[in-house]
Amino acid sequence: MAFRPIATTRSATGMPTGRLAIWWLIVSEIVIFGGVLASYIMHRIGHPEWAYQAEHTNLVAGSVNTIVLLTSSLLAVLAHNAAEMGDGKKAAKLFVGTILGGLVFLVIKSFEWGNEIAHGYTITSSGFWAFYYTAAGIHGTHVLVGMIVMGFVAYDAWHGRELQRIEFAGIYWHFVDVVWIFLFPLLYIAS
Amino acid sequence: MSHPEHAHADHGHAAHGDHHHEMSFSEKYLFPTDHKYIAKQYMLTGMIMAVAAGFFAYAFRMQLAFPGMSVPFFGVVSPTEYNSLVTQHGSIMVFWVAMPVLIAAFGNFLIPLMIGADDMVFPRLNRLSYQLFLLSAILVVVGWFVPGGGFGGAWTSYPPLSAKAEYSLTPAGSSIWLAAVAVEFAAFLLGGINFVVTAMNARAPGMKWHDVPIVVWFICIASILFMASVGPLIAGAIMLLFDQQLGTHFFDPVAGGDPILWQHLFWFFGHPEVYVVLLPAIGICAEIIPVFARKKLFGYRAILYTGIATGVLSFFVWAHHQFVAGIDPRMANVFTITTVLISIPIAEMVFLYIATLYGGSIKFSVPMLWALSFIFCFLIGGVTGIFLGASGADIYLHDTYFVVAHFHYTFYPIAIIGTFAGVTHWFPKLFGRYMDEKLGQIHFWGTVLSFNLIFIPLFFTGLAGDHRRIYNYNNFAELGTPDLQWLRILATVALVIMLIFQVLFVYNFINSIFKGKLAPTNPWKATTLEWTTPSAQPGHGNWTPETMPSVYRGPYEYSAPGRDDDFHPQNVP
Repeated sequence: MAFRPIATTRSATGMPTGRLAIWWLIVSEIVIFGGVLASYIMHRIGHPEWAYQAEHTNLVAGSVNTIVLLTSSLLAVLAHNAAEMGDGKKAAKLFVGTILGGLVFLVIKSFEWGNEIAHGYTITSSGFWAFYYTAAGIHGTHVLVGMIVMGFVAYDAWHGRELQRIEFAGIYWHFVDVVWIFLFPLLYIAS
Repeated sequence: MSHPEHAHADHGHAAHGDHHHEMSFSEKYLFPTDHKYIAKQYMLTGMIMAVAAGFFAYAFRMQLAFPGMSVPFFGVVSPTEYNSLVTQHGSIMVFWVAMPVLIAAFGNFLIPLMIGADDMVFPRLNRLSYQLFLLSAILVVVGWFVPGGGFGGAWTSYPPLSAKAEYSLTPAGSSIWLAAVAVEFAAFLLGGINFVVTAMNARAPGMKWHDVPIVVWFICIASILFMASVGPLIAGAIMLLFDQQLGTHFFDPVAGGDPILWQHLFWFFGHPEVYVVLLPAIGICAEIIPVFARKKLFGYRAILYTGIATGVLSFFVWAHHQFVAGIDPRMANVFTITTVLISIPIAEMVFLYIATLYGGSIKFSVPMLWALSFIFCFLIGGVTGIFLGASGADIYLHDTYFVVAHFHYTFYPIAIIGTFAGVTHWFPKLFGRYMDEKLGQIHFWGTVLSFNLIFIPLFFTGLAGDHRRIYNYNNFAELGTPDLQWLRILATVALVIMLIFQVLFVYNFINSIFKGKLAPTNPWKATTLEWTTPSAQPGHGNWTPETMPSVYRGPYEYSAPGRDDDFHPQNVP
């Protein structure tokens, strides 16, 4: 059997170790997205003409995706509640709902991108489209990673193991959601 | 790495209840989760990379001293190879030597031992972090052998040179190098989260914030700095990779991009990075100096707060790398002020170390010599930095050998002297045996003296106008003079001597692992918790559950009044 250090059971700060780690992870993620967004905003201020290119984005698809992500986050909160009650099966079911939300988000995104590329708006078309695909692409990668992680967590929760991980994965998912809340107006709406 | 005889006995004691299991060879050496073995993996990988990067320095320094010669063991250095050698030397020394050895190896080894924990809080994450790091090291080595050769656009990798294959002439090399750097960042993000969370949550009972040894604090602050600064460069690396491979124009001014943006993203990370590696090294000195001066560290809290102040300030100095890149002169003034400000906490820290020495019973053991030479050499690096931080002076000195000499006077003490200090100090705990003291002394003097002889001449060639990125100075009438060439030859000869002295260290290191004198549990009579574990390789878990230490006082109680021995360990009530 694997060695389980006593260190993992200690909590000198009073905060569970997993939650502490996920917050530090989010600190580093904030700086990554901060770098992308700050670069984009500086360029956007320097290039007022990007507003005309932003008009070619699909506002409806972006809005629907925003709602999809927010709903999936709500399911993650409900899953956390169920996990607190010790109901692993219910938490797992709700988490599968969250994962499906991520899946719908990615499917809508791929139709959206496919349509835009078909109309000739590719990543090399201009500075705006380069940022559009790069920023949303990095975000989409985070969605995908989050779905995979939540799949493992849900599997464990279904079997009644490691229920506290529902909360940790949920915190990460909320963060991914919040990033989209910044990306959506900056890429789709700002003119 | 053999177990000395008595290690088996210790291991038997360390075996405890359901924690104990015999580790197979692969569990122990290939895929360990034990923080001590992961530390050794990092240390060994870093040392191997250091040999490669040192060899590169030898090759390109020979070309500068004797242009066009066939360098022994290398051959004639072509201009493209020259660029590649310089780039690989710089990036490997920073990312694959200083980072893995100072942060990852010492962080892994010291944090759990010094806070009285039996391992990191995420042992498997720790293993993953090393595996990612190893992958990045393999990637960067692969990059040397692809068509076109290794990336040659300097470790700062400024576009458009780095972004376009027709400029850099290394179509595959530059992307592989960039990918290797990105993977390495991921490895250290995972490692850093592990370090910080471990130090926050897994401290021994009774260990309060101000009982934590300075080196643990500084490795954690360094990890936080890394986490909070590397993000923009990860974003920038993705953008640069797209510029290289997909044909975007993030950094291409012809198509509306901005090459200065890269410089901001790079140096927003690049300058804190200096402090990311400095803090562990200066923290190692904070552990060594009280032990060999037999005196309490002077101003524990002041040292800690200056470390934090340095970390905070390091986020506001990055644009001093861009004084000649066309930034607004008013901005240059602001960054001059912040840059000069950051020397205050560091200077204060040096004063506190000297105050620790004052009135102590100083023993010039090998680790102490390294620690003292760290302060001496780093001071020269810090003082010459003031010239470069002042925007007016920098306009003349920018991109000359004065800069090269300056940052080697900071990075060499950090990466090389700091590492030697740490390795020689904790060697008895790492391998259960002493290193040879006499060989260590010879190696110390040979290394430090020749190091100064390498870089003092380069201050003068820099002041005379030597630009950094020149392949052959004889092509420039005003720089190819015998006076200046003599200084370049002096620096190169000193480098060769310094490299030869390292053979002594490698011999001493390997020989002492197997044949050194057996060391007791606490050979230096030190107070911190790592010296309470069985000296030779305690098993996975460090202590038995019954002997897990509790902490009763701060880490530096030397010459404690009213005690028979002159020190009072942290774990003794």
